[in-house]
Amino acid sequence: MGAEFVQFSLTPILIGTLAAIACALPGNFLILRRQALIGDAISHVVLPGIVVAFLLTGVVAAIPMLLGAAGAAVVAVILIEAVKRLGGIEPGAAMGVVFTTMFAAGVLILEQSDTSRVHLDVEHALMGNLESLIWFRADGWGSLLDPVALASLPDELPRIAIVCAMVVALTVLFWRWLKISTFDEGFAEALGIPSAAVGFGLVLTAAVAAVAAFDAVGSIIVIAMFICPPAAARLMTNRLERQVWWSVAFATLSAVLGYVLAGYGPLWFGATHAVSAAGMIAVVSGAILGLACLFGPHRSRIGIGRQDAA
Amino acid sequence: MSPFFEALLLQAGYNAALVAIGAALLGFAAGSSGTFLFLRKRALVSDAVAHATLPGVGLAFIVMVSLGGDGRSLLGLLLGSALTAWIGLLTIEWITRRTRLAEDAAIGAVLGVFFGIGIVLLTVIQSMSAGRQAGLESFLLGSTAGMLFQDAVVIAVGGSLTVFATWLLRRPMTLVAFDGDYAAALGYDVRRIDLLMMGLVMAVTVIGLKLVGLILIVAMLIIPAVTARFWTERSGRVIWVAGAVGGLSGYLGAVLSASAPALPTGPIIVLVAAVLFVVSLLFAPGRGVLAAVLRHRSFQARVHRRQGLLALAAQHPIREAYTLRLLAREGLVRPDGVPTEAGRAQAAKVARDERRWDVAREIHQDAGLTGRYDGVTPIEEVFTADEITEFDRRLGPPTAVGGA
Repeated sequence: MGAEFVQFSLTPILIGTLAAIACALPGNFLILRRQALIGDAISHVVLPGIVVAFLLTGVVAAIPMLLGAAGAAVVAVILIEAVKRLGGIEPGAAMGVVFTTMFAAGVLILEQSDTSRVHLDVEHALMGNLESLIWFRADGWGSLLDPVALASLPDELPRIAIVCAMVVALTVLFWRWLKISTFDEGFAEALGIPSAAVGFGLVLTAAVAAVAAFDAVGSIIVIAMFICPPAAARLMTNRLERQVWWSVAFATLSAVLGYVLAGYGPLWFGATHAVSAAGMIAVVSGAILGLACLFGPHRSRIGIGRQDAA
Repeated sequence: MSPFFEALLLQAGYNAALVAIGAALLGFAAGSSGTFLFLRKRALVSDAVAHATLPGVGLAFIVMVSLGGDGRSLLGLLLGSALTAWIGLLTIEWITRRTRLAEDAAIGAVLGVFFGIGIVLLTVIQSMSAGRQAGLESFLLGSTAGMLFQDAVVIAVGGSLTVFATWLLRRPMTLVAFDGDYAAALGYDVRRIDLLMMGLVMAVTVIGLKLVGLILIVAMLIIPAVTARFWTERSGRVIWVAGAVGGLSGYLGAVLSASAPALPTGPIIVLVAAVLFVVSLLFAPGRGVLAAVLRHRSFQARVHRRQGLLALAAQHPIREAYTLRLLAREGLVRPDGVPTEAGRAQAAKVARDERRWDVAREIHQDAGLTGRYDGVTPIEEVFTADEITEFDRRLGPPTAVGGA
C-alpha cells in the first residue's frame, strides 16, 4: 500500500466512489417516485449529447460535453412528455421510443463524422475506462501535499468532486421539498411547493450526475449506480433519512470493493490481467442488492407475511 | 441504377441481399411479439432482457474456447445469451414478487448489473489468448459485415418460429395484456403466460443480437408496436400492423445502409422505424395529432356557428370575429353583421332546436338521452320524429326571426 497504490489506485477509487454517491443520491428519489427508468433513458441519451457537443465545438472538453449531455437529457425528457401527451402512450413505451431513437442517432452521427482521431469511441462510452484515470506524477502518499504532483491529477477527479458536492448540496437544500413532493404530490402543491419543477430539477440533477460519472464508468453501468444502492437501501429501512445514508454507504462499498476486486481479484486466482473495474462495481452493487432482497429487514411489501416470503 | 434501388431490389450483392431479408424477417418477428409487451405496459422489460444477453455471449465464448472450439459459433453464442437473458427475466420477476421494490427498479437493477457482468467477462476474454480477435463487442451495436449464410438461416428460422409462436399464443396473451385478473379467473396461469410473452421477446432479442446489437434491439420491439397502435383499435390487427412496420423498417434500413458507406445497419433500421413512428403520430387517422387538431377545429366551428345563429335569433349583435367570418362564409350574414334571408331561416331553425331541447329536458326522464345535450347536437339526432312532434305541440307554432 505504498507509492504504487497512490499512483494507480487512489484516484480511480476516489472517482468511482464520488460517481457512485452522486448517482445514488438522486436515485433514492427516482426509485420512490417510480421513475427509476428515467435514469436508464438519461444514460442512453448521454452518448448523442456528447457526440453533438463534440461536433459543434470540435474539441473534447469537459464543459461543452457536460452541457451537451445535459441538453440531450432535457430534450429527451421533453420528447418523452410530448410522445406521452400527443400520442396517448404509456410512459414506459414513450421512453423506449425516445431514448433508443436518440441513441441510434448518436451512433449514426458518430460513425458519419470524423471522430476517429479523438478519444471518443462507442465502446468506451458504453463501458467506461476507470483504470486509465491514474495519477502519473504521484510517488507516494507525500504527493498529496505536493502542489506540483497535485496539479497533474486527472481532470476527472475535480470534475466529479464538484458534481458530487453539487448533488449533495442540492439534496440537503431541497430536502423538505423533495421529500414531500415525492411522497404526496397533492399535499406538496397545497403547501405551495412547485412539484413539477422539483421533479424536473431532480431529473436534471440525475442527468448531470450521469454525465459526470459517464467518464469513469460508462453510460450503461451508471444505471446500476442509480438504482442498486438506493434499492438495497430501500429494503433496509422505512425512514427516508436512513435510506439515503444506507444508499451512500452501499455506493461507497460498491465502488471501493468493486475496484479492488477488479484490480487485485484476478491476481488472487493466478490470472495476470485485471478485469473491468466499472463492470465489477456494478457486479458488487448487484450483489449487495441481492443480499438485501434476501435478508433486508424491510424487504417485504406490507401485507405479505413471512410465511409467504419463505 | 442508383445504389439505393440496386439494394432495394436485392441486386447489390449477396451479402446486402442476405442482410436485407434477415432484417425484414427480424423486424416482423420483433414487431409482432413486441406488441404484447407494449399492450401489457411492460415495454422496458425488453431493455433489461437485451442488456442481460451480454454476459451470456461472454460465457458462451469462454466455455466454447475452453472446450477447444473456436468460440465464435453464432449458434453457441446465441444459446449462451438466451440463458442469461432468461436468468435476468426470472430475477426481475423474483424481485418484484418477493420484495417491495417496484418493477422499474428491478428492471434497472438487472439491466445495469448484468451488463456489468458482461463487461467484466469481455475484459476477461480480452486477456485470453484466443480472445484478442473475438470481436464480441460487435454484439453491442450489431454488425452486418461478413454475415454468413448460416447466420441468415439462424435469423430466418428463429424469426419464423417466433412469429408462429406469437400467432399460437395470441389469445391468452391478449387476454392477460388487457385484464390479468379476468384471465386468472378464467383459469389461465397469468404468471406462466407472462413468462411465455417474455420468452418470445427474449427469443427476438437473441436473434437480433448479430444484426442490430443488444442496445438497439429494444427499439425494434417497442417502436413498431407503438406505431401500429395509431392505425387500429383492434388488438388482433395491431400484431400484424406492428409486424409489417417492423419488417418494413428492417428491410428499408438494411437497404439504406447498404447503399452508402458509414451507415451502420442497426441505427439506420431504428431511425427508419422512428420516422414511421413520427409520421403515424402526426398523420394517423383517429389517433394522430393532425386528426385531433382537425377534430378540435371542426368542433370549434360548430360551436361558433350555433352560438352565432342563436345570437341572430335573439337579435343580439355578434362581436366575435371568428363567428362572423364563419357565418359570412356560409352566406348567413353580410360582412357588416346583418343576417341574410338564409341566415334568418337558419337562426330560426337553431332557435327552435334549442327550445325543443329545453322542452325535452323538462319532460323527458331518460338522462341517457337528455344528457346528450351539449349545445351543438341537433335534436333530430337524438329523439324520434314522433317525440319531436310532441315537443312542438307543447311549444306552439314556429316564429320567424327579425319579424319580417
